[in-house]
Amino acid sequence: MLYTGRDDVNRLTSPTTTVIETTPQTQGGMLRSFLLVFACTIIGALAQLFLKQGTAQLGARATHVSLLQVVKDPTLIWAYCMGILTNFKLFCGYCMYGIVTFLMALALKGRELSRLFPIIALTYVWVTILSLFVLGEHMNFFRSAGIAFIVGGVSVLGLKK
Amino acid sequence: MHATTPLSSIILVLFGSFIGSFGAVFLKVGAEHMKGSLARLITNHWLALGVVLYLLSSVFYMMGVAQGQLTVLYPMVSLGYIWTILWARLFFKEPFTMAKIGGLVMIIFGVALINLGNA
Repeated sequence: MLYTGRDDVNRLTSPTTTVIETTPQTQGGMLRSFLLVFACTIIGALAQLFLKQGTAQLGARATHVSLLQVVKDPTLIWAYCMGILTNFKLFCGYCMYGIVTFLMALALKGRELSRLFPIIALTYVWVTILSLFVLGEHMNFFRSAGIAFIVGGVSVLGLKK
Repeated sequence: MHATTPLSSIILVLFGSFIGSFGAVFLKVGAEHMKGSLARLITNHWLALGVVLYLLSSVFYMMGVAQGQLTVLYPMVSLGYIWTILWARLFFKEPFTMAKIGGLVMIIFGVALINLGNA
């Protein structure tokens, strides 16, 4: 979602567009992008795990929150922001977000995002696997079917037609 | 671990992804104004607003996942694509394509299935 505009951006910011730049990207460059984005999905899924475990350590006031409560008491937002700095797992999670953002920018520089959507969608698979094996959550038919549809849906978003 | 995920958590995650979709809009606007030096990158208000909205959306997301199950809540983030595609159409005149419409229908159907599986 974040990088929808990168292609246009790179085209806008590149000083001169030569014929070579507009030809399809090299095989090796594409592979590099694939691998970088693939690594991003794994790091991103691990970040989700850290965030989930980190929030559980924030204490009862912060963990039992609803949107209505946040509207009534916006300082809860601040409490969470401080949690990012003071809770080790939350801090790690956010650092991983930062790494993912950097790697994604690197992978997508001058390349087409649409082809990489199927790989980005893998994050949903990794998060599910980690939730099952690390967090001990349970799975059922509806959930697995739902995740399959989401992965399929995100994968086709970038198609040309 | 057979507790269901509370609706309040789902609402927080959905609200977070809604805010995050505006983050994407401002990052895009900021990126279009991004020409030249690093100094102009730092003083780019649109970019800063985009980053702040992303951080804010992640806070709401965290409040959501503090309770409930990640297998239910994380996939809900994908609903954010609805907003992103809608804003892209409204603000940047990016056309709806068959792929986008088909993908969104699949995502909405998938999220509905996960809610069924949450019962």
